[in-house]
Amino acid sequence: MTLELQGVSRVVGGRDHIHPTSMTLRNGTMNVLLGPTLSGKTSLMRLMAGLDKPNSGRILWEGRDVTGLRVQDRGVAMVYQQFINYPGLTVYENIASPLRILRRSTAEIDRAVRHTAEMLRLTPMLERKPLELSGGQQQRCALARALVKGAGLVLLDEPLANLDYKLREELRVEIPKIFEASGAIFVYATTEPEEALLLGGHTATLWEGRVTQFGPTAEVYRNPHDATTARVFSDPPMNFVPAVKTGGQVRFGESASVAADGAMSALPDGRYLAGFRANHLALHRPSGAAVEFACKLAVTEITGSETFIHVSHGTDRWVGLVGGVHDLTPGQGVQVWLDPAHVYLFDADGRLAAPAAYAKAA
Amino acid sequence: MAQITLKNLAHSYLPNPKGEQDYALKEMDHVWQDGGAYALLGSSGCGKTTLLNIISGLLRPSHGRVLFGDRDVTDAATAERNIAQVFQFPVVYDTMTVRDNLAFPLRNRGQDAAYIKRRVDQIAKMIGMEAMLSRKAQGLTADAKQKISLGRGMVREDVNAILFDEPLTVIDPHMKWELRTQLKQLHREFGHTMIYVTHDQTEALTFADKVVVMYDGRVVQLGTPEELFETPAHTFVGYFIGSPGMNFLDARVSGTHAMLVSGAGVDLGDDHGTPSGRVQIGIRPEHAVLTEGQGLPVTIRRVEDVGRHRILRAELEGQPFNIVQPEGQPVPALPRVAFVPGKINVYADDWRVAPQGRAA
Repeated sequence: MTLELQGVSRVVGGRDHIHPTSMTLRNGTMNVLLGPTLSGKTSLMRLMAGLDKPNSGRILWEGRDVTGLRVQDRGVAMVYQQFINYPGLTVYENIASPLRILRRSTAEIDRAVRHTAEMLRLTPMLERKPLELSGGQQQRCALARALVKGAGLVLLDEPLANLDYKLREELRVEIPKIFEASGAIFVYATTEPEEALLLGGHTATLWEGRVTQFGPTAEVYRNPHDATTARVFSDPPMNFVPAVKTGGQVRFGESASVAADGAMSALPDGRYLAGFRANHLALHRPSGAAVEFACKLAVTEITGSETFIHVSHGTDRWVGLVGGVHDLTPGQGVQVWLDPAHVYLFDADGRLAAPAAYAKAA
Repeated sequence: MAQITLKNLAHSYLPNPKGEQDYALKEMDHVWQDGGAYALLGSSGCGKTTLLNIISGLLRPSHGRVLFGDRDVTDAATAERNIAQVFQFPVVYDTMTVRDNLAFPLRNRGQDAAYIKRRVDQIAKMIGMEAMLSRKAQGLTADAKQKISLGRGMVREDVNAILFDEPLTVIDPHMKWELRTQLKQLHREFGHTMIYVTHDQTEALTFADKVVVMYDGRVVQLGTPEELFETPAHTFVGYFIGSPGMNFLDARVSGTHAMLVSGAGVDLGDDHGTPSGRVQIGIRPEHAVLTEGQGLPVTIRRVEDVGRHRILRAELEGQPFNIVQPEGQPVPALPRVAFVPGKINVYADDWRVAPQGRAA
């Protein structure tokens, strides 16, 4: 089973909500749509579901054109931010409700409800009412209602956004398991890079209605094809600094020049934009090659085991994530180090010119 | 600005509370420092909002007193408490300009025009809205409106305290970084007493000097982020702080030695006496190290690559056990897990047993 988008676009009021997009989602895969608010995640999902018609392009389901097919006639289930259960019905009846609407037989309903409840670990709670359940169980009940129809395509639009942090953590561990047991195509929209990484599978990064990259999640994270993808897939935000390559040397910002290694060595001379992630900035000189920067400390944030350091280097503002607790005085000068192997170089158009050496090895 | 004292404070929503279970807020005694940044952290229903409402004057506590400095404000209305509040969703006047929105609390207090202009310009700069001061709030994004709410909360210099109720809920992750650091800078610059309610540990830990962890109507620990991470006072704090939270293993503890259910031994490093009740040892996933030689045999069930590190979902002693492994390190073929000495906590009936000879 595959869902294939062929040049699908959506224009609303003369504005491109979704630029022509082509992608193929395969059976039994988890597909994360990652992007900030209004980047087009929900619009793209609505096109996949058939809730909206594309202005151009086709949608194929197992090779069959379903572009004109109503949402009711497709095997689609959608779960929104607000999980909703019927408070007056038992968990059993809540899960059964989509099948009752479809007028399935009692025996068939019973089989499907018990199977789905087992998958979501709700079997002991079937006779209870939703409000007698914990928050996590209530969400699982709502998920069960989405899954019970056996839809081939399950769309989850920021399903954990309104939940407590810890509950989110718990369900993030469970959702991949549920997904594996269901065998359906899952599409999961989120604004959070860490959520995408935890879910694994494939990730499509979105920016202003465009899918900027689509591939295995860890691959997109470590080898972004452009600066926009790198930016969308970094939390804390990716740090940037201008870089100049001259001969065999490269200079980052106001640092001293270093030898251009690996992919950087093959680049033509010129100006580039260097990007690196927060966890690769160090407060102490690392053992290997490193570039040293003189920075000014803006503020530190201590998480208990790690410290976020917010620094400025010239006009650039960076965030570093370093191990341990460092209570530094804001306003003071601070030296930070960066291993060039952790640096991505982007060209003037934001396209990746040289990947970070470490990412190739990982 | 003021020190806040919570004196034998407790609250029940019932008219005649019988036992502890009838209290939404169990009795507490706290003095919060003038100029401190405090976070109230807990999951929904833990009592943090009840406590905030008592401090803001929305709710009168059924027991105990609230003091701002030396003044007893238990019966004072919100307006008399001289506090600023920022809520989960933006509260802005759509028909007013951004400038007028920010100036509103100052105009209300009859401040002179020159001061208002100066102060509003200063706040606008802090929240990065200088360029938008003369436009109407209508049509701005939720992010921008919440920035105005934050700015308005900060605009008065003479408030006793600023209370924040989940102020970053509607904000995109990227913008959260910006706003959080701005709040932190504002706190440093103006030294207001700030109380910040959230369920998000990252927000609480990064914002606050002191985090008040609440569970089931009780303050289970009040400590620095480092204390909450390294020495959680209660198993709930161990679970709640950290992502994933602390691992717990049932054990028998005697002195510096712990014996797990399987009979395997663990060296604790410090003398913990002989605690009774349900005894567990707690190990942070960050303090569990994969080895090929030492330690206990462990089965890795699932590997989650989170980019900067990997979360290994493992099984130890037949129980789920999480290990955080730094980026770039391999998983051995026959993995064993060792615990960082001195980083193991001991719990008896969920409360931490401090090692003997060490105050903490």
